[in-house]
Amino acid sequence: MSLFQETSTQNRSDTIFKTITMGGAALILIIMAALFIQLVNSSWLSIERFGLRFIYTNVWDPIHHIFGAASSIYGTLISTLIAMLIAVPLGILIAMFLVELMPPAVSKWIGVGIELLAAVPSIIYGMWGLFVFAPFMAGHVQPFMKNVFGDIGLFSGPPIGIGMLTAGIILAFMILPFITAVVRDVFTMVPSVVKESAHGMGSTLWEVTRQVTIRYGFQGIIGAAFLGLSRAIGETMAVTFVIGNSHRIAASLFAPANSITATLANEFAEASEPLYLSALIELGMLLFVLTFLIQVLSQWWLKRVKKSMGVQ
Amino acid sequence: MNEIKNNTDEKGHISVRNLNFFYGEHQALFDNTLEIVPGKVTAIIGPSGCGKSTHLRVYNRIFELYRDQRVEGEVLLDGENILSTEQDLIELRKRVGMIFQKPTPFPMSVYDNVAYGLKLHYKLSKGEIAGRIETALQQAALWDEVKDKLNKPGTALSGGQQQRLCIARALAVEPEVILMDEPTSAIDPVATAKIEDLIEQLRNKYTIVIVTHNMQQAARVSDYTAFFYEGHIVEYGVTKELFTRPKKKQTENYITGRFG
Repeated sequence: MSLFQETSTQNRSDTIFKTITMGGAALILIIMAALFIQLVNSSWLSIERFGLRFIYTNVWDPIHHIFGAASSIYGTLISTLIAMLIAVPLGILIAMFLVELMPPAVSKWIGVGIELLAAVPSIIYGMWGLFVFAPFMAGHVQPFMKNVFGDIGLFSGPPIGIGMLTAGIILAFMILPFITAVVRDVFTMVPSVVKESAHGMGSTLWEVTRQVTIRYGFQGIIGAAFLGLSRAIGETMAVTFVIGNSHRIAASLFAPANSITATLANEFAEASEPLYLSALIELGMLLFVLTFLIQVLSQWWLKRVKKSMGVQ
Repeated sequence: MNEIKNNTDEKGHISVRNLNFFYGEHQALFDNTLEIVPGKVTAIIGPSGCGKSTHLRVYNRIFELYRDQRVEGEVLLDGENILSTEQDLIELRKRVGMIFQKPTPFPMSVYDNVAYGLKLHYKLSKGEIAGRIETALQQAALWDEVKDKLNKPGTALSGGQQQRLCIARALAVEPEVILMDEPTSAIDPVATAKIEDLIEQLRNKYTIVIVTHNMQQAARVSDYTAFFYEGHIVEYGVTKELFTRPKKKQTENYITGRFG
């Protein structure tokens, strides 16, 4: 063992320190790999039986032992997309307001409020969503949207409150504090001399923010968005309360739907059959893979964008 | 100080009258009165913290970005008081460009950096923009170095090139006055020499006011020099005179290196 051949105490302690830290880092990879292997292993029954059909068919029939998870995957993707579409622009606007427009003292207190919001447990959002927000959606927001956009496509069906749109909005509320907090930090890190320079060219605050500050902090903003995304995509309790838990893919945003996490939360306790259990675990594995793919794609995309903009 | 010629017909004439500046309660400038000669290079020198930059930052009202900073007195640009509340800030900053201590390329391509101000202030066709960009880059003595990398990010250039890019960006909108706040403090001597050459070439076309902590630089590039000390303008005059026959004891002490 060449590692332990060093003679001086300093070298030996450095070696031990290195080995321990390396072991810690390796542990992460080992846990990841073990988790994935275990997931594949436990869902093998379902993988063998349904193959790729599991992903693109939409039959969820525990009685006849046929499982296709398309509705859950669809629900996860769409509810997350709705949440991102609402929370990212809103988070950027709030951060912009806090950094550029508020006196620092006020901004600090609002910042504390945002951090508190991030600490609210998700089940509270879920209950609030079910008992307060969903009735509000059913009574006011959805009828209003029907009036404005018409009773077709995305807005068709009865306004029952719970469903895809409500789940997406609740998710947006949940990830908004994270996105706002990170984007606020990103904005404060843009050197003031660069902002001054943009103002010095005769730009308005909006132009400075849109063309310089946001671009300068682009990497951080994307980071914030993905922090929110990974939270939204794996969020369980709040979504389970309000998404409606229906294994159907509906065109309407008002219709009840399902997500991977909601399906797992609702059905895990009832899954007595080995194949049923295996199908649920495969769902979990898909979530794992989905998150991983999104991370990889975002990193790759970010690298390309960074190159073309020249942000360090 | 009657050697300072005052041709008020020319554009880019700045006249500072009884300027006082405050950071909150703290007064940083005291009764600054100064005539900036159009088409000439005026240097502002003085020890650190004497108010040079503060003074310069009044000319385009960039200080207003910060709360607690306020100003009293008058600054006339071509006869109009730019400190009046009626002054359109966007219009002012189009006429008065600014270069900072550090190069501040925006996170976009070289081309878009120079196009930035053009797009803000003018409605031009693509061809016109391209033409103005080439002119501006040539004026900033940068065209030959970047003509093949106009689509590269501005931040990919060297420090000196970045600073000339910022100068090109300021020139593109055709200002009357260019303010330079220690423009060479963050770049190496070779790049500094290039910027000084550039200032030489911009003389007579623009009114240039340059803050510098480097007395040799002031002596090399400027026609007029103002010596600031603790927020007061101690002496202002033709550069050659001020450096060879200073009238005030404080000026002499400073330029001979006895403090500062």
